[in-house]
Amino acid sequence: MSLIWIIIAVLIFPGLLFTGVVGLLMSWVDRKVTARVQWRVGPPLFQPFYDFVKLLGKETILPKEGNPFVFLLAPVAGVAAVTVASLILWIPILDWKALAPLGFSGDIILVIYLLTIPSLCVILGGASSGNPLSSLGSSREMKLVLAYELPFILAIVVPIIQSGGQLRLDSLVAFQEANGAVALKLSGVLALIAAIPCIQAKLTLVPFDIPEAETEIIAGPYTDYSGPPFALFKLMRAMLLFVAPMTLVIFFCGAMNFDGIMNSVLSVLKYVGLLVLITVIRNTNPRLRIDQAMKFFWTIPLLLALGGVILALIGL
Amino acid sequence: MKLTLKALAKSPWVYHLSTGSCNNCDIEVLDALTPRFDIERFGCVLVGSARHADVLLVCGSMNRKTIPRVLEIYGQCAKPCLVVAVGGCACSRGMFKDSYNVGDPLDSYLPVHAYVPGCPPKPEAIILGVVKAAEVLKKLGKDKPADPPEVE
Repeated sequence: MSLIWIIIAVLIFPGLLFTGVVGLLMSWVDRKVTARVQWRVGPPLFQPFYDFVKLLGKETILPKEGNPFVFLLAPVAGVAAVTVASLILWIPILDWKALAPLGFSGDIILVIYLLTIPSLCVILGGASSGNPLSSLGSSREMKLVLAYELPFILAIVVPIIQSGGQLRLDSLVAFQEANGAVALKLSGVLALIAAIPCIQAKLTLVPFDIPEAETEIIAGPYTDYSGPPFALFKLMRAMLLFVAPMTLVIFFCGAMNFDGIMNSVLSVLKYVGLLVLITVIRNTNPRLRIDQAMKFFWTIPLLLALGGVILALIGL
Repeated sequence: MKLTLKALAKSPWVYHLSTGSCNNCDIEVLDALTPRFDIERFGCVLVGSARHADVLLVCGSMNRKTIPRVLEIYGQCAKPCLVVAVGGCACSRGMFKDSYNVGDPLDSYLPVHAYVPGCPPKPEAIILGVVKAAEVLKKLGKDKPADPPEVE
């Protein structure tokens, strides 16, 4: 029985189908807010779904110089990684009895790893397509990963220290339900401020869309993708737009709680607020160069996260 | 009619292809992409890679040097791909009809789905052309794209 439940959890809720649909809707929110910031009307509600279905029907062109195996497998692996990350993040929130035999209640280190895999898949996909612009995009993505991972992990160390060194998601959620959100303390605030640009870079949104800078290198790692593999990459990006801010909500803003209407509304507001903040940042900043981005991540967010860790160790 | 084609009519991503025009049509195409005209209402997005293109916005009278390049870019597009001729030159070679360096018009090489006349056409007309090209696809039911001719 529990195997069926696990398959349902992975494929339907809260796995692939749910994350995909919500992620595509959230990418509509992102595009609509962008449009309103630019004083436009913006796309209709189902626009991301149209884009996805259209790409599924287009021709898949395999590059002659590339490695077709890695080229086709990279988007699949990316979507799979985000699906599992979403599933693991939802386990402590839902607290399903059906998944109890799994004996697994969420692991923070695993989430950090799973959220890095999409970037690695983009790097692999770009590097395997044999296109010089894609390789350039891949190398930039690699440098970006090197730049933001250190402050991001340091920022995540803060909630771990605050909750008493627990690396389990369910104990982190329980701690925040008992003692208030991590971001209510000074150390949590510093860590959250450090983590937001890291999420921005993880989603490769402006000002950190250096890997796919369309005015310089066409579409970066995606340049040679077309048809269903490109649709999967689009889906992966949309799902990451849902999962990455949700990670911050769970780690810093007192998780999500769907008991009663008030709690549900508050949980959704926390997530949407963070999403709109990310969108506004992306609409009010110009793109950085890769060296500027590295300099930025290794100074301001790193120092903020480090300060957060020290304050958390003191107990503030 | 297939669902994917229906979706294509709702999200035609445009690729701007200048074949040696006087830049006037190009400026109007860029105008059409500005917030004032907001083509994202129809699901259009400007893409930089020909692999992502659904609609080729071709400007300019193709001269002998650019014809092979235009055909190559059309070959790089993932099919089904629509072609819109923007401006009098792309439609019928315009005033360059008898020029020494201009070959045959665009529609003798590629299947053109919409013609947007004008010198230059207004941004509204370009948007209408893209939307009409997508509707042509709807009427055809299924679009069997013609193979691009051999590049010499």
